Order: sequence, then structure tokens, then C-alpha cells
Amino acid sequence: MINLTIDRRPVSVEPGTTILEAARQNGIRIPTLCYLKEINQIGACRMCLVEVEGARGLQTACTVPCTEGMVVRTNTPTVREARKLVLELLLSDHNIECPTCLRASNCELMQLAHDHGVSQIPLQGAHHEAHLDVGSGAIAVDSSKCVLCQRCVAVCREVQGVSAISVTGRGFESRVSPFFDVSLSEAACALCGQCTLVCPTGALTEFDETEAVWRALLDPNKHVVVQTAPAIRVSIGEPFGLPPGSVSTGQMVAGLRRLGFDQVFDTVFSADLTIMEEATELIQRLQSGGPLPLITSCSPGWIKYAEHFFPGVLENLSSCKSPQQMFGALAKTYYAEKSGIDPANIVVVSIMPCTAKKYEANRPEMNSSGYQDVDYVLTTRELARMFRQAGIHLPDLPEEEFDSPLGIGTGAGTIFGTTGGVMEAALRTAAAWLEPDSPSPKIEFQEVRGIPFQVREATVSLNGTSLNVAVANGLAAAGWLMEQVSTGQKDYHFIEIMGCPGGCIGGGGQPIPARGPEALDEVRLARIASLYTIDERMTLRRSHENPAIQQLYAEYLEKPGSERAHQLLHTHYHARVPAGVRRR
Amino acid sequence: MTCSACKGITPDDPRFAELDAFIQDGHSSADFLIAVLHRAQQLFGYLPEEVQHHVAAALGVPPSEVYGVVTFYNYFTLTPVGKYPINVCMGTACYVQGAGRILELFEKELGIQPGQVTPDGLFSLDVCRCVGACGLAPVVTVAGEVHGKLTESDALKLVAELRERAAADQAEAGAAVATVGGESQ
Repeated sequence: MINLTIDRRPVSVEPGTTILEAARQNGIRIPTLCYLKEINQIGACRMCLVEVEGARGLQTACTVPCTEGMVVRTNTPTVREARKLVLELLLSDHNIECPTCLRASNCELMQLAHDHGVSQIPLQGAHHEAHLDVGSGAIAVDSSKCVLCQRCVAVCREVQGVSAISVTGRGFESRVSPFFDVSLSEAACALCGQCTLVCPTGALTEFDETEAVWRALLDPNKHVVVQTAPAIRVSIGEPFGLPPGSVSTGQMVAGLRRLGFDQVFDTVFSADLTIMEEATELIQRLQSGGPLPLITSCSPGWIKYAEHFFPGVLENLSSCKSPQQMFGALAKTYYAEKSGIDPANIVVVSIMPCTAKKYEANRPEMNSSGYQDVDYVLTTRELARMFRQAGIHLPDLPEEEFDSPLGIGTGAGTIFGTTGGVMEAALRTAAAWLEPDSPSPKIEFQEVRGIPFQVREATVSLNGTSLNVAVANGLAAAGWLMEQVSTGQKDYHFIEIMGCPGGCIGGGGQPIPARGPEALDEVRLARIASLYTIDERMTLRRSHENPAIQQLYAEYLEKPGSERAHQLLHTHYHARVPAGVRRR
Repeated sequence: MTCSACKGITPDDPRFAELDAFIQDGHSSADFLIAVLHRAQQLFGYLPEEVQHHVAAALGVPPSEVYGVVTFYNYFTLTPVGKYPINVCMGTACYVQGAGRILELFEKELGIQPGQVTPDGLFSLDVCRCVGACGLAPVVTVAGEVHGKLTESDALKLVAELRERAAADQAEAGAAVATVGGESQ
């Protein structure tokens, strides 16, 4: 252990610990705008300046490792003045239209300026030219709010392995942008939105579509239905002060009804449907010899990434649309017929934990109902804003139930929201189908339950057949796994991939933790635990037991994999070569 | 994405083979990115999209990072250089001796700013800091050739001479093509 003094108190830390981490371990929060543990320790923002006895000038706590006998002071007049000056410099070149910013309620820069008593912006000087990019329709980039902390660059490279963006130019011409400054829509970007979770300001946000949804809700000729992804119910409470992972399903349903949605449905319903189709596809591929491995296709960030970087595995992707898109296709066909509403007047809104879902809904092929299947996708953060605008404080609401029939779901559909969940849900149904005589078919497959950032492998035995399966979350892990598969080093039957760390609960459209990115690990685990708790408490835990799904097949789709099912619920993928894809 | 600057550089351009030879000669890791970009710019005159992609793939560096490095350093350029790249030294000695006026004159005569190339591709203009020939101030280099103690009329004469030289080259090339064409018939 290394012994040192921080603010006159003796502390001991592991060798290699930085001053910033040592301080955190001992209850001292050194401010920072750029630090991300292990992936972005570059001293870029200069907020973490501290005094180190004997050192020349102030030191950046995030880059300097502790040494034996070091004497550190984090709170002296010199340090406070220096930090305030750093903030004044940052603000002198910052778009300070703060009340109009999507991050006004949780901007790290604004919080630090407030904490450090910055009461005016005395410095006048040159400004970066503002670049706006909303071309992707999923992520909005506003360089006038960028502090060049490079967290987004680090997450894109280290966590997602995409490297769609980099800092380009220098001085007042520097900014974060893709290869040759193209729009994100033309770049190697998967639109996963992980960058929007770590951006300390409003430079990277979701592309806001709340106004369009308000307009649809006000239109008397429109029948507006909403679906909510499994991951929303365990995160929507957070913006209203509830602890991470709080289950707010009933309040969320009540809130959506109060916003004016005509029907409040559940993506868990179409997640169950996905399992029916995908388990059928898996069994068919196992029996007819492939192509294997079958790889899940629920995550639109993963799909876009595969289309860019691994065109060779596209034939392995399940042809099943994601639950969001299956829902949209059915809402404007099955539901429209059943309820006697002209599908032209139905507006389908999705609440998703995801920015890439916005892109997915706008893919030109997603129109098998004859209309755009899903009209608007709102992230969890946008829904929270709509609730606020409507004066809805979620914890105050009573619990209400989803509408029928597209609001009925099982535990299997619910765990789609976490890494490993689709795999487990598929195995539950496959086990029941392959072992029809088993008195107690297996329900819980702990061995495939995902862990954020880890690739899990397991061999599962179903009716004497051994299935090699793997589960990956985060695109860097996905890329690694695909390399293994492409080069023949690993041999699997079935792979689940989710584009974001932890799966959808860690999606790029989820609430930003009140404590900032350092809380992400803890928040992801809390949300995952809650989804498994919901599943455990449900009577129906296997997708094929869902009565609404059984009815759907009986009345409309006939059977899994039928012609009509294929027309409405399946899709195909395209290899793409956007700007800045490293040719492999 | 369209990249007008890439026109004329195809993947089978022989200069890629030369670049690859350099990369394989002990410069194949990401640590040599800047050295490899230097070599690439020597070969191609500039660093268009195709060349950056090639370097990215060869060194295993994401293209966005290559682009970040290229745009960070003033030395690297995304615009092709002219047949006669004119570099006006703006070092202290040259500046004192009127390099500013010489630069303005070139700008006016060629109708371009530093960092640009004339539409006919003949001239590109740039400025540099001290070429180490302060005794000859003001100094201008054209494709590595040094012209010292340049007056304004010298500068205009230089441009005129280069235009003539280019016209002569073109006539010669045209004649050669005509001859080859004639022989082949």
C-alpha cells in the first residue's frame, strides 16, 4: 500500500491509484468534467487541479498516481481560484443559452459553475464556430456546447469499439466529429447513444421528438397507441428522484394514459412474440443445418454495427424484427382490424431506452403494415420530460394496468431488457418445445444471465442436444466475439448480442444518473436486478404461455414461421460502408 | 459520401505499393502513424480520404483517429498541391524584407489564398516559417527550388515563366500522345 496525506488526513491506497481515485475512496470528490475511470484519464478539462507538495505548479489529480509520502491539498485558495478560472475559460467559449438546453436539469458544467461560485463570465474571447448535426434523426450534436472533454470519443472507442468520432482540427477549430466531418448519419456510428450518457453538457443528446408526439396526441383524428420497452419500467422513476432500479410499471402506465394515449400497450407482448418466431427459427436452423450460429437481432445499434463492420455475419442474424418493429407491424394490421380503426389514423409511439431505435423505426423497409410501422420513438429521457411538461410527478400516481391484448406479457418478455434475457427467454421456450414430456421444464438459466461488459458462454442441454451459446453486451465485446466466430476460433449455435453495456437497461436513451457517469455501473446492476425480480414474481414466465400470443396465432398469424408471420414480423439486412469504417 | 479530392486516386495507384513498402519496413504499428502520413503526403502530395483509409487499415488505427491527427497538424493537407507549389517564407527576416507584400501579390495574381490550389491545378500557395536561408530574404520556394531576394517584379516574372513552362510541357506531352497515336495506326 502507498501512504500519503490528502487534506491533512493520512490515507493508504493500492499502488497505481491516482490522486483523484484516492480522494474518492476517502470521501473527497474532486471535480472533473472529462474523467471516466480507466477509459478517459487525460487531464483535458483541468477541473481536477490539486496542490502536491514539492511539485511545480498544480497537478491534474486524474493523471497523477499517488506516491509514498505525497502531501496533497485539494481545497486551498489557489486550487479554488484555479478551478474557477478554468470554469470561466470554458464558459467564455460556451453557448450559454442554458435554459433552452436539454441538459439544463443535469448539466455537469452548470453544476460545477454553480458549486464554484462563478457569478459572472468576465472573460471575452474567440469562440468555436457552432456545428449542429441532427441528420441521423437519433442523436443531436451541438458543438457550441462541447467542452472537448473527449468522454464521448473514449466511450465510442473503448466501450463500443466503434471509433466513429474523434477530436479533429486544433485550437478554436477543434471539435468532435466523424471521419472527414460527415454527419453521424453517414459515419460508422451505430447510433447507440452511449456518448449521450457520458457527455457532461448538452453537446450530445437524443434527437428530441416530443413536440411531434404532443401534436399527434392533440389530433382528434388520430388514434395514438404507445408501447413501452421492458427496460423503461425500471428506470423511468429515476428522473423523479426514485432510486435506480425502482419498479414503476403501474405509475408509468397511469402517466401515459394521462398524457392522452388512447391505448397503453407493452413491448413485452411483442418480445414474447419474438421468442415464438426466434425459437422456431433456432429449431429450424438446428434441424436443417444452419446457418449457425443464430444471432439475435433485437438491438438496432448492434444491427447497424454488424452491417458496417461484419457484413459476413448478416446471414447468421435472426430474420426476426425487433420487438418494437413487430409491435408496430401488428398495431397497424391485427390491432387495427380487431378494433375497427383505419390504420391510416393509427399513430404508434414507442418508449425506448435507446437512440438507435429512432433510426430503426425510420428504416425504409419497416413498413410491412403498408404504413410506417412505428411513427415516433421517444427515449426514456424524452418521456420523463413529457411527464414534467404535463405536471405529472410519477411517484404520486396510482398503479394502473396495461390495455389488452397488446399489453399482455410474460416474465420471459420482461427480461429482454437485460443482457442475457433474450437468450434465457428463448431457451425457456425451446426447452418446453423440445422436451414436451418433461414434468418440470427448466425456467431459470442462470448460466446465461449477462453481466455488464462480460461475454458469457455456456453449454445448455435440451432433450439430449447440447447447445453452445454465448451472450455479449456492448459493441466492443460484440466485435470481439464476431472476430472469434468469423475466424472459426469459437463454435456456437446461438448468440445473443446487445449493443449497450448491460443490455437495454444500459441503453443510450436511459436516464443519466444523478451522480453522473461514475454511477453507471451501479445503476445498471440495480435495473437488471429489478427486471429479474419482476420476472420471478410473474405467474407466466414463458413466452409461449402468453394467452394474447396464443390468441394472435389462432386468430391471425396461424403459426410461428407462417407466411403471414414472415411478411409482418421478419426482415433482412444490408451491408453498408459508411465513411470511416475500417476495412477488415 | 463524395470526395472530389479523391478523383484520380484509385486503389491500384502504384503509389500505394510504395507506401506499403514503407509501412512494411518497420513502420506497421500505430506508433508510426505520423511517420506513415508524412511518407503518404510525400507520395501523393496530400492526404485524401482513400489514402487515409489505406493508412488506417494498414496500421489498425480507426479512420476517425487518422483524420483527427491529419487535421491537427498544419503540415498535413487535405487539398491537392498544384504542379508548382509556391511556398512563401514568412519567417522574421523574410517578413521584414517584404514577404507579406510578395504573398499578397501571389494571392492577387493567382486568385487563391494560402492552402488553396488554382482551378487549373497548376499552382498552390502556402506560407512557411523560415527555410533557413535568411541571407536571401525574402525567400520563396517552388517545388523545392529556392528563389531568393525576390522583388515584386521577380515574383510576377516567376509566375509567367512557370506558366510558359507548363504550356511547353503540355505541348510536348500532346505531341508525344499524337506520335504514339500515329504509330499505333
